[in-house]
Amino acid sequence: MNGAPQVHYLNVDYGIRSWLFTTDHKRIAWLYLLSVTLFFFFGGFFATLIRLELMTPQGDLVQAETYNKFFTMHGVTMVFFFLIPSIPAVLGNFLVPMMVGARDLAFPRLNLASWYIFILGGLFTLASAAAGGVDTGWTFYTPYSSIYSNSHVALTVVGVFVTGFSSILTGLNFVVTIHKMRAPGLTWFRLPLFIWAIYATSIIFILGTPVIAITLLLVGLERVFNLGFFDPARGGDPVLFQHLFWFYSHPAVYIMVLPAMGVESELVTAFARRRVFGYSFVAFSSLAIAVIGFLVWGHHMFVAGQSVHAGLIFSLLSFLVAIPSAIKVFNWTATLHRGSISYDAPMLYALGFIGLFTIGGLTGLFLASIGVDVHVHDTYFVIAHFHYIMVGGSVMAYLGGIHFWWPKMTGRTYPEPVARVAALIVFLGFNLTFFPQFVLGYLGMPRRYHAYPPEFQALNVMSSAGASILAVGYVLPLIYLIWSLRYGRVAGRNPWGARGLEWQTPSPPPTHNFDVTPRVVAEAYAYDKEPEETYEFGSPSRA
Amino acid sequence: MAPRVDALFFFLIALSLFFGLLIAFLIVYFAVKYRRRPGYERGVSIDASIALEIFWTAVPFGITMVLFFWGASIFLDQTQPPVGAIDIAVVGRQWMWKLQHPEGQREIDELHVPVGRPVKLTMTSEDVIHSFFVPEFRMKMDVVPGRYTTAWFEATKEGEYPIRCSQYCGAQHSGMLGRVIAMTPADYQQWLGGGATGVSAAQAGQNLFQRLGCATCHKSEGGSQGPSLAGLFGKTVKLQDGKSAVADEGYIRESILDPQAKIVAGFQPVMPTFKGLVSEEGILQLIAYIKSLSQQERTAAK
Repeated sequence: MNGAPQVHYLNVDYGIRSWLFTTDHKRIAWLYLLSVTLFFFFGGFFATLIRLELMTPQGDLVQAETYNKFFTMHGVTMVFFFLIPSIPAVLGNFLVPMMVGARDLAFPRLNLASWYIFILGGLFTLASAAAGGVDTGWTFYTPYSSIYSNSHVALTVVGVFVTGFSSILTGLNFVVTIHKMRAPGLTWFRLPLFIWAIYATSIIFILGTPVIAITLLLVGLERVFNLGFFDPARGGDPVLFQHLFWFYSHPAVYIMVLPAMGVESELVTAFARRRVFGYSFVAFSSLAIAVIGFLVWGHHMFVAGQSVHAGLIFSLLSFLVAIPSAIKVFNWTATLHRGSISYDAPMLYALGFIGLFTIGGLTGLFLASIGVDVHVHDTYFVIAHFHYIMVGGSVMAYLGGIHFWWPKMTGRTYPEPVARVAALIVFLGFNLTFFPQFVLGYLGMPRRYHAYPPEFQALNVMSSAGASILAVGYVLPLIYLIWSLRYGRVAGRNPWGARGLEWQTPSPPPTHNFDVTPRVVAEAYAYDKEPEETYEFGSPSRA
Repeated sequence: MAPRVDALFFFLIALSLFFGLLIAFLIVYFAVKYRRRPGYERGVSIDASIALEIFWTAVPFGITMVLFFWGASIFLDQTQPPVGAIDIAVVGRQWMWKLQHPEGQREIDELHVPVGRPVKLTMTSEDVIHSFFVPEFRMKMDVVPGRYTTAWFEATKEGEYPIRCSQYCGAQHSGMLGRVIAMTPADYQQWLGGGATGVSAAQAGQNLFQRLGCATCHKSEGGSQGPSLAGLFGKTVKLQDGKSAVADEGYIRESILDPQAKIVAGFQPVMPTFKGLVSEEGILQLIAYIKSLSQQERTAAK
C-alpha cells in the first residue's frame, strides 16, 4: 500500500507529445511548474542586476536607460509570469481536483489551452526583452508609457494582455470544478481552506483580469495608432489610466497572497496535526478580502491628485481590508496551540510566512494612514512593504507548498536536513534584503532610482548582501529537488500523516486520481480521527 | 507638519512592535511547548471560540479606526494651504523643476523660501507625471500634465532641503534633483531684491495678456464679447448649460486652452484656443494676473 504504484500519471505515457498534448491536470501543473520556475529565475536575474547596480550610489554599473529596463523586466516577469500563476496554476492545478475528489478539472482541454496562452504571452515578453526591453516600470504609467517611452511597450503590453486570458480561463475552470465536481458528502464547509482561497482568487481572476486587459490594450492602441485616451493635450486623462490599472492591480495583490494563505492553512494544520482554529472565519475572511480588495485601489493614488474626499474614503477602506488578514494570522497562531508540532521544512516556511506576512501587513497600516503615506509613497518603504507580502508571503508559501506536496507530485521525498537549512537561509536572506529598505524609504529614497545620494549607501549594501544570501536560498531547492527525483526516498502515499483527500491516494497518483470515488463523511482536518473515519472508498469508481 | 507625521509614524512602529513581537512570541512558545514527541503524536483539535474571534476582530477594527482618523486629520491639513502662503508656480519637465515666485524671480531646481512662512505650490508638468518630494518636510505631490495639483510646506529652520522626483519619469528620473533653500525673512527679502527682473509674475501675466490680445474681448468694464475678468478669481461662474463652476486655477487654464469646454452664461462660444501659443509658465503668469485683479478689487472695496 505504501510502495509506489506500478502505473501512475507520470509513467503512464512517455515522450514529449504525451506532455505537450496532455489534458491531465497533474501534468499541466508540471508544465506550469517548469515555466514559472524559468520565469522566476529570469526575473531573479534582473533583481540581481538591480542589487549589483545599487551597491554604489553613482549609478556606475550600467546606464540609467539600461537600469530602468532591469527593474521593469523584473517587475513584469515576477508579477505577471511568476507570482500570479505560481500557486494557482501549479499547486491549484495539481490539487484542486484531488482535494475535491474529482478525476480532473471541469474543462481539461481548456486547462491545457490556458497553459499555451500563458506561454504565448510569455514569449511576447521574452521577445520584448530580446528586442531591447521596456523601461516604463511594471505599472506602465501614462503618458510616459503611451507617448514618451522609446522602448518596446507595445510588445510587452500585448504579452501581458494575452497572458490575462490564461488567468481568466484558469479561474473559470476552478470555479466550475469547485461548484460541480465535489465528491459525495464534500459540502462547502468540509472543503479544505486551500479550496476556499483558490475559489476567492478565481473570482478576482474572472472579474479583475478583463479590466487590466482593456487598460493595457488602450495603452497599446494609443502608442500604435496615436490615439489620445491618456494624453491631456488631446483631452485624455493620464490619471484615468491609474484608476483602471489599479482597479485590477490592487486585487492582483490578493491573487498573489490569497492562494498563499490557502497553502498556509494546509501546512499549519498538517504540521500541528490538529483542526484549524476558526475554520469558517478563515474561510470567509478569504471571500471578504476578495470583495473589499476591489474597493481599495485608490490608495495607490493618494498623491496622484485625486480629490481629498476620495483619498479619505480609500484610506478607510484600506484599513478595513487589513482586518480579515489579521483574523487569519490570529487563527493560524491559535492553531499552533495544543498542536503536535514538527519542524519539517514546509512548516519552517509556514512559520516564516506568518512572521513575514505579519510585518508586511503591519507596514500596510503605515501606508493606509493617509497622512503618513504622503511621506513614504513611492519610496523604498513601499518596495519593502510589498516584497514582504509578495515574496515574504507568497513565495514562502509557494516554496512551503512545493516541499509539502513534492512527495505527492513525484512519489519521492526531498532531503530534509538541507531543505531546513535552505528555508532558514531564505528567511534570513529575505529580511536582510528588505528590512533596510523600510529605513531607506523613511529617510526619503524614492523607488526606481538608478543613482542615489551617498548617505544611503550603507543600507543599500546591506540589502544587496542580503540578496546574495537570498539567491543561495532559492538555488538550493532547485538543486536538491531535481536531485530527489532520482535519489529521493520513495515517499508512500501519506508521508506527513496528513488528512487531506489528496493524501489518501497513491504517490504519484494514478491518472484518474482515485480508483474509487471517495465519499466524505467528516469535516476537513479531522486529526482526532483516522483517515478512514473521514473518507469512505466504498463504491466502485464511475471512471 | 514633519513632527505630526513622525508622531503617527512612530506610534505605528510601536504598535507594529507590540503585535509583531506578540505573534512571534506566541509562535515560538507554542512551537516549543507543543513540539511533537513520542506519545504526543497528535494535536488536540479545538474548534473556534466565538468570543475569541469577536475579540480579535473588534480590537484590530478599533485600532484601525483610530489610525484612520489620526492619519486623516494630518492629511486634511497637508492638503489645506494656510491663508497668506507664498504662491509659487512649479512646472516640471524631463528632467528639471522650473519655479517662479510671485515677485517674478524664476529659478531652476532651486527654491528660495523664508523660514516661518507657509509656501504653496501650484504645479503642472510639460510632459510626463513627476512628483515633487521634499523628504524633510514630509511632503509629496504628483505633478501631472494637463491639470494643477497643489501642495504646501513651511520651513522652520534655515538650511538646504533636497527635492527629489518620486514618480518615475524616464531615463534621468534619479537625476531630477533640486533643493529648497530656507533663509531668514531678511535674507529672503534681500535675495528677492538681488538680480530681480523687476517684473512680478502678475505683471508678466499682464504683459502676456496684452500681447496675446486677450484685452480686446475681456475688458474690465464688461459689456464686450468676453466676460470681464475683474474679481473673477475664486468666484462661482454660471455656465450656459445651467451648471456652474468655480473659477480656480484649473478653470482658467481650461478656458485658455479649451475655451469651448465651459461657456459662461450670456456669452457666445467665439474664443479661439491658445493651445501652442502660450507655455505652461505663461498660463501660470496669466493666472497670477487674473488673481491680482481680484486682489485689486478687494483693496479698492476697502
